[in-house]
Amino acid sequence: MAAGAPGGGSTVANTYEKARTWLLLPSWLVLLGLSLIPVIMMLVYSFLTKEFRGGVIWEFSLAAYDQFFFDRGLFGDEPPSIEWTYITIFWRSFWQAGTATLLSLAIGFPTAYFIATRPAGSRAIWVFLITIPYWVNLLIRTVSMKFLLRDQGPLNQVLMSLGLIDSPLHMVNTNFAVQLGLFYSYLPFMVLPIYAAVERYDFSLSEAAADLYASRWVTLRRVLLPAVKPGIIAGCILVFVPSLGSFLAPDLLGGAKNYMIGSLIEEQFKGNAGNWPFGAAASMILLTIVLIILLLFARQQTRHERKEA
Amino acid sequence: MARQDNAIDVRNAVKRYGSFTALKEVSLSIKDNEFFTLLGPSGCGKTTLLRMIAGFEDVSHGSIHLYGQEIENLPPNQRPVNTVFQSYALFPHLNVLDNVAFGVEMKGASQSEARSKARQMLELVQLSDFSARKPSQLSGGQQQRVALARALAPQPKVLLLDEPLSALDLKLRKAMQLELKHLQRETGITFIFVTHDQEEALTMSDRIAVMSAGELQQLGTPREIYESPRNVFVADFIGETNLLTVVVKEIRDGNAICQLDGGHELHCNEVAGIGVGSSVHLSLRPERVFISDKPRESKSLQGKVSENIFIGTDITTIVNLTDGPTFTVRTSNSDRGSKGIFEPGSDVYVNMEPGAARLLID
Repeated sequence: MAAGAPGGGSTVANTYEKARTWLLLPSWLVLLGLSLIPVIMMLVYSFLTKEFRGGVIWEFSLAAYDQFFFDRGLFGDEPPSIEWTYITIFWRSFWQAGTATLLSLAIGFPTAYFIATRPAGSRAIWVFLITIPYWVNLLIRTVSMKFLLRDQGPLNQVLMSLGLIDSPLHMVNTNFAVQLGLFYSYLPFMVLPIYAAVERYDFSLSEAAADLYASRWVTLRRVLLPAVKPGIIAGCILVFVPSLGSFLAPDLLGGAKNYMIGSLIEEQFKGNAGNWPFGAAASMILLTIVLIILLLFARQQTRHERKEA
Repeated sequence: MARQDNAIDVRNAVKRYGSFTALKEVSLSIKDNEFFTLLGPSGCGKTTLLRMIAGFEDVSHGSIHLYGQEIENLPPNQRPVNTVFQSYALFPHLNVLDNVAFGVEMKGASQSEARSKARQMLELVQLSDFSARKPSQLSGGQQQRVALARALAPQPKVLLLDEPLSALDLKLRKAMQLELKHLQRETGITFIFVTHDQEEALTMSDRIAVMSAGELQQLGTPREIYESPRNVFVADFIGETNLLTVVVKEIRDGNAICQLDGGHELHCNEVAGIGVGSSVHLSLRPERVFISDKPRESKSLQGKVSENIFIGTDITTIVNLTDGPTFTVRTSNSDRGSKGIFEPGSDVYVNMEPGAARLLID
């Protein structure tokens, strides 16, 4: 049966081939149903005409995009000029999300490093401790944060009784409060991927760098950071993207002056006042910008690697 | 200032981890331009001592001097020593050239100076064609040479090598042993080499420190260590030996007459501290013993051949002494004509060269 052996092998391979298709089917269905179809629906809705009490009229229209980018006066009969309102909101959102991401990185990296350098047995406990606050609902956590930051709240009282400030600091309804809220909401998404990367890091590389006359700072910058870069990038994406579309923290902590994209979109779908095509268009614009940023980043990354090789 | 002639002076160095003592009061001096080996089984403290010299482990007690300068409190990046790591620890994101240039640049050279120095080093280890590759694109042996070039490039005063050859296959390991030895002579840098492989240590070293259980067992040239082991551990760890229990019967003119089980008698060197009547160990290298069909002299021991084992260059013969212990005798394959091979079951006599049997302290 000399010829039987290779034939048998390929039968096994075929079996796996079939099984793979069937086993992957649920994942494909979920991705299709919960990710691709909604995006397509959103894309379609953004090109429809708005119904005044919410919902859409099935009639093609560019009005949503026009409203986003152009100002045609109160009655829509003036020559178009650039509409800055929504662009400003977008710009502010990127700024707030970016600051929150940097804040998460500044706190999350040392935290992750600390956990990853504990003895192997106690790391799981530290990770567990990090996630405990996140067992409480996000809304409750954000409201609590507002309570803490109030003019008459515990934080101001402590600062005043310590004599550090004379009158309460106004923290609620500021950019700072929003950044703090976003940072607090998404910190574990920064810590966990960096922790995973640092845990895989071979610390003999740090020893080698020190052995080759590198100071601690140079070792961090030229050896550790490049090695854990994938974890840092993953963490930044995981914090930045949801921060950008977040509406709880900006709504509760930022007030009207610190309006972000998430709130703008949320309003379009709430109650009778909304404008579904406009909300869909704003979502599509946001999605497009984020995609472009990620693609540019990925391309720069592969180009860099190709240059290195 | 005689001590400044030494590359490294370790004095009463102790390393404790909590209640565990990894290194117990070790003192040793390593000479300038020496190929020095720390040899011992795993857990004997050899790597701990090396890491203390490099600065990765602090010294619980005692001192380490490098060419007369006290270094035990300096951080690793301020010690003029470099290390070849067991795992090589090459920077995965840097290419071969930048790996080798790293230490030179950190010492203050410009990037172009560092790279030209790195190119020289790569030429020395014959890897010039691989300078643009990433470490992951190299074989184990090539990575090992990059690690070597990287550690040598900043011109350290002492090079520390932590079992660098253990991951290589036998043939490559043999080649690298010679290459390392030549490199040490060419560069004139003091090498401190850590290994658990006694053959490797004997091949390469000028001097060897044999360690066990955190203590220095013996320090000497390969020949001294092999031919005059000081204690049972060294005799057993280095090479192959007949380790026999004997009772000292008489000491006469610097010779100790010892008795084996079965009443056989042997003549050995006298050792201070071992008196008449004591039961001690004795080491007899198998290649310094030969067998004959008739007694050569009164000291020949009578026995019977039990087995012959062919091991390539040599033939090992197992002899059971009459009512006594088993003896291993090694005959070089090229000597089989002159010395003869005895079939299992033959009655033979075991003879030894004068001075071959050595009494050991425990």
